[in-house]
Amino acid sequence: MSTAETTWISGPVLRARPDGPFRLRESVTVGEQALLGEVIRIAREEITVQLYEDTSGLRPGIEVTGSGRLLSIRVGPAILSGIFDGLLRPVGDTRDPYVKPGMQPQAARRFRFTPSVRVGDPVLPGAPIGQVSNGTGIEQRCLVPPDLPGGRITAIADAGEYPDDQPICWIEAHDGRRVTVAMTHDWPVRVPRPVTARLPSDDPMLTGQRVIDCLFPVARGGTGAIPGGFGTGKTVLLETVAKWCNADVIVYVGCGERGNEMAGLLAEFTELEDPRSGRPLLERTVVIANTSNMPVSAREASIYTGITVAEYFRDQGMNVTLMADSTSRWAEALREVSGRLGELPGEAGYPAYLSSRLADFYERAARVRTLGGEIGSVTLLGAVSPPSGDFSEPVTTHTKRYVGSLWGLDARRAQARFYPAIHPLQSYSLVAGNLARWWHASGCTRWEELRRRFLTLLEDEARLERMARIIGRDAMPARQRLVLICAQLVNECFLRQSAFSVNDRYASPARQAVMMRLIGSFIEGSERLLDAGVAPEAIRDQPVFRRLMRMGEEIEDGDWEAFSALDQELTATIRRLINETRE
Amino acid sequence: MTYARLVGEEIANRAEGPLLFLSRSLDVGLNEAVEVEGADGSVRLGRIAALDRESITVEMLDDTAGLALQGTRVRFFGEPLRFHVGPGLLGRVFNGIGKPLDGGPPLAAEHAYRVDGLPIKPTAREAPSEFLETGFTSIDLMNSLVRGQKLPLFSGGGLPHDRIAVDIACNARLPGGAGEEEQFAIVFAGIGIPHDSAEFFREEMEKSGALARTVLFLNLASDSSAQRLLAPRFALTAAEYLAFVEGMHVLVILTDLTNYCEALREVSASRGEVPSRKGYPGYMYSDLATLYERAGRIRGRPGSVTQVPILTMPNDDITHPIPDLTGYITEGQIVLDRDLHRRDIYPPIRLLPSLSRLMKDGIGKGRTHADHPALAAQLYASYSQAQQTRVLAGVVGEDGLSENDRKLLLFGDDFEQKVIHQGVDARTLEESMAAGWSALRGLPAGELHRLDDRQIREHLLDRVPRREPVS
Repeated sequence: MSTAETTWISGPVLRARPDGPFRLRESVTVGEQALLGEVIRIAREEITVQLYEDTSGLRPGIEVTGSGRLLSIRVGPAILSGIFDGLLRPVGDTRDPYVKPGMQPQAARRFRFTPSVRVGDPVLPGAPIGQVSNGTGIEQRCLVPPDLPGGRITAIADAGEYPDDQPICWIEAHDGRRVTVAMTHDWPVRVPRPVTARLPSDDPMLTGQRVIDCLFPVARGGTGAIPGGFGTGKTVLLETVAKWCNADVIVYVGCGERGNEMAGLLAEFTELEDPRSGRPLLERTVVIANTSNMPVSAREASIYTGITVAEYFRDQGMNVTLMADSTSRWAEALREVSGRLGELPGEAGYPAYLSSRLADFYERAARVRTLGGEIGSVTLLGAVSPPSGDFSEPVTTHTKRYVGSLWGLDARRAQARFYPAIHPLQSYSLVAGNLARWWHASGCTRWEELRRRFLTLLEDEARLERMARIIGRDAMPARQRLVLICAQLVNECFLRQSAFSVNDRYASPARQAVMMRLIGSFIEGSERLLDAGVAPEAIRDQPVFRRLMRMGEEIEDGDWEAFSALDQELTATIRRLINETRE
Repeated sequence: MTYARLVGEEIANRAEGPLLFLSRSLDVGLNEAVEVEGADGSVRLGRIAALDRESITVEMLDDTAGLALQGTRVRFFGEPLRFHVGPGLLGRVFNGIGKPLDGGPPLAAEHAYRVDGLPIKPTAREAPSEFLETGFTSIDLMNSLVRGQKLPLFSGGGLPHDRIAVDIACNARLPGGAGEEEQFAIVFAGIGIPHDSAEFFREEMEKSGALARTVLFLNLASDSSAQRLLAPRFALTAAEYLAFVEGMHVLVILTDLTNYCEALREVSASRGEVPSRKGYPGYMYSDLATLYERAGRIRGRPGSVTQVPILTMPNDDITHPIPDLTGYITEGQIVLDRDLHRRDIYPPIRLLPSLSRLMKDGIGKGRTHADHPALAAQLYASYSQAQQTRVLAGVVGEDGLSENDRKLLLFGDDFEQKVIHQGVDARTLEESMAAGWSALRGLPAGELHRLDDRQIREHLLDRVPRREPVS
């Protein structure tokens, strides 16, 4: 391994004179504290290193040691339900409450291994060789690392507990090399893990949030972005999705965000149960926390660390969802480091390669056939924090070019405490058409029709609200006043969903479908009433309207009787009003 | 300040703006503190900003005017800048770099902490959840503050943010927390503030008797801008000591962060860095985060650091980089409004853009009152509707409005005059809630979709529409 002698240092960047070869993006350690860094520029006489830690006290002359590997993380069974910094070093040990330089990677732990192959079996790279249990409900697989050659198994450990860094399988490769496999392996964070094939995606990644699942859905293996100014509820929305979405594993990357929020998330995830397995949510979660006051360059790496972890679980045939909060902080870290290197700035001071970096990131989302032959997926959801809430800034505009679903958060909705503050006219989903089949198969046969209906209604509402501002609401024709009332129902009862209401924080697809149908019946019924000559205000003042408005809060998931009672009440009200006008 | 480890004489080669270039004859490390003693006898504080094999670049934290290369002695401390603190901190007044201004004795230096602080591990943080009553309805009822939170005041020139800060400092209490009095401390950092503001705060605290549990750090407008960057760091170091060593609940008031950011821009420009938005450095977000993120609680330790930073929005523009970046780091914001202030409403808090992110963890059943969350949500929804109706009324006239809209207009006025406005008297949360319920009584119950039937029945009399029998 090569070494180099530090000649210049300022902030998180140092230059050193090498006495051997270094590679670009090679990870290095600096000084006795073994501070972690990465080579970001090389010349014959000088290498430039970006350090991932506080550099106080470093001085010229200190030795830089190359590792011979690209910046890598160690993936393995110990990751699940853990909490790490941006370089996958555990921060769960709270005997010292502060983050200090020179933190060490995860120490070896023991796990129960059960082989699924025998001596003599042929194996391919990326193929599973056994089950690993970490004591939670989730069974993990032990894989042959994707960068090892295929071959035949010459020896394999019996079922039992082993340290996760010790060899448990010995392979004689086709080229005659002998290699060993442990439960963990290293993988360079900036290199996507290989797959057999990318597959189309027709299944929704369900979030339990009506406005997302029904109006702007995201597919498994798809991408979504949440742009919104401060206080519009990005973090709460991402956390809510992390809690209730139907993924097998959640990777939550807190990238340059608040410490108290991460603490709140950890506390909540320990208490809350996964609605599907009944186990604590934390068991299926990996948290990567690089809060805003932790070193900036590690913030840049944390996004790649997160996606590599997600791909590792995907390769075991799982559906993984990664939340990145916030990609803007990551872009700013890119800008900061680029500035220190004296690179020519592009738009708004961001480096010119911002767009391609964002593209690389979102391209790593996919539904795939893994090397081991299974189906897995990584869904990526990124929050974007545009400065001054202005969606025309570079990170938002570039992100929009690469994502399949966009959930634009609206400051006015947030100010009225209307959450999630997703603005229906500033959001889109490119995959809604593909997902209709899934909803049909799940019994919601009018999904597309009602979705279209709601969206048209919301669009009409925006137009009519503008008109109302000129001529006054009372001066509008009855039909238009009715549109406003129906839109109010869609907004207040369907789109608004409190993340803190026990009944409403999660809506199963069946409950979403029922609510969609009830609102549809109200819209159709009220139109018939209007034709019969009933004033829109009279319809709104019916007690059933208030019941409909509050059904999300009042009727819990699975209480289908209450829903059908409400349905009957609605039908009865409509019939009565029609009869009254006839008389 | 510790004793200097190494002394260099006649090593200064060049001075440029706040930067001093020295020959590297001594083995020193990055970020370490130095003291530069000029030939004129004045002592200036500095920090090692860059190092190479031949030279040391020192960033001076004091004004460099009058500094000569000849006869300058440089003392190296061999460690980053530290603040030496110990018992007896309360009641004292310091300048921006921790030197006593009150003529009192030096502090008993029991502990020495890096003024930059260290990031708290997210896992070691205790999620803040204890409701802190400030006496203001707009905060307690609508945007509740909890211990360990950072909740800034976004203000503007000429608005009464100093008054509000003093009132919060004097009235803040844990409801029902008797015997907590002596455990409560205030750290006030004036960053580049005029002498008048500093005097105002000192006098008011003295009048209310709170000065004895206060530590003041005063960096006046006339002090150097590099020191301005240190004042909040010294103040927060003192706060962390009081909270996590002495176990007190500390409320930190930092005013005015706009001056801090201006100083940051000035220093960055003199270093020749590439500017980002409006000339502020690209790392301003990270830099502000190293201040704001020092609020919080640590698991297993009794105290807490709650921050109320105050900033004046240049030209009342909330999208300006200073409030914008602050809002992305802090847990909400309280926005002051010129219009309300002109109408003599005190506190002039503009509720719609105000927010407390940690409110949800500190209120509700078992914490404040079971109906608190629903009441706040309903008031927000109705007040927001009322604001929209006002715009409408401005165009079509009040006569063109429906009856419901006219009721909303009345509610809006009522809400501002009776709920937001409270004058000089502090309110308990119960009083605040009563004011809120009373304002809602003017609205038709059928419109109150954020309240359930029981809440309407109990608090707004028996006026809920009876449920339609199912046929």
